[in-house]
Amino acid sequence: MSATPTEHHAHDAHHDELEMPHGSFKDYMIGFVLSVILTAIPFALVMTGVLDKGSTIVAIFALGIVQIFVHMVYFLHMNLKTENGWSMLALIFTVVFVLITLAGSIWVMYHMNTNMMPMTPRQAAVQFGG
Amino acid sequence: MSTTQSLYDGDRPLFHLPEEPHHPDGHSTMLGFWIYLMSDCLLFAGLFAMYATASESFAGGPGPKELFELPLVALNTAMLLFSSITYGFAMLAMAKGNKSNTLLWLAITGLFGAAFLSIEMYEFSHLIHEGATPQSSAFLSSFFALVGTHGLHVTIGIIWLVTLMVQVARKGLIQANQRRLMCLSMFWHFLDVVWIGVFTFVYLMGVAR
Repeated sequence: MSATPTEHHAHDAHHDELEMPHGSFKDYMIGFVLSVILTAIPFALVMTGVLDKGSTIVAIFALGIVQIFVHMVYFLHMNLKTENGWSMLALIFTVVFVLITLAGSIWVMYHMNTNMMPMTPRQAAVQFGG
Repeated sequence: MSTTQSLYDGDRPLFHLPEEPHHPDGHSTMLGFWIYLMSDCLLFAGLFAMYATASESFAGGPGPKELFELPLVALNTAMLLFSSITYGFAMLAMAKGNKSNTLLWLAITGLFGAAFLSIEMYEFSHLIHEGATPQSSAFLSSFFALVGTHGLHVTIGIIWLVTLMVQVARKGLIQANQRRLMCLSMFWHFLDVVWIGVFTFVYLMGVAR
């Protein structure tokens, strides 16, 4: 990415030591404690059934997404500076791609299902209230 | 971006660098491995999408509520979470240059990984024994494909871990080994991230809805 040979040499001197992101003991412990909490709550919600169905599903998804962020930051040490931001760029591209794959598949298949003849007794029961 | 600045050899423009820039060994390995993980993420996205669209197609067979045992899944999740933090401790020991502690934490990580796999194997064999085989319904096919692919990744991670332990034991914490351990660290934590998706989307949502 640097243009002139002189810049390359300056760059190399900086890169000769492998720059490796590693967290501190504190980082790992914060990540671990947060993960334990963010895992325990959704399991407890589903196993005890304190909330109604809709709220439970929203809550477990929200907590799952928060936990993915916690892992990214405290275990995978993601930040905007790693590899001059290329890691983050690859991550953002992947997240967009994953969201399109998931949302697109669910949307398309849901509409196909509703336009098809019922396939299983259960679906028939849902569709015709039988 | 180097194309924007043209270099000249006499009057002739040069479209390549006259001399390959020198890079130290493995300077791009971490980014390359990260991009591999992102492509792996796309593989899992496909499997998750397949599960999402097939998870209501029981073909008259059993559904998640009858099949999934959440205490077992919680135990499994704990195993993977413990293995993540112990791998973190191995990385900290590596940063201090402490070879024996690195090996010790790697061994503990491997044991937690093996425990995770054993519990998953037990779960799978239990399901198949009950007649909930991958052939029974689209729901079970996609369930075994998704969770099985994750389990396969963990298996490969453990093989890699043992290989690296042998490498570190024989050659010490040389720079090449440090780089390899960093790659496995990313792989291992990435698998834990995928598992968050699995226990939320497959197990918890399957039982909740």
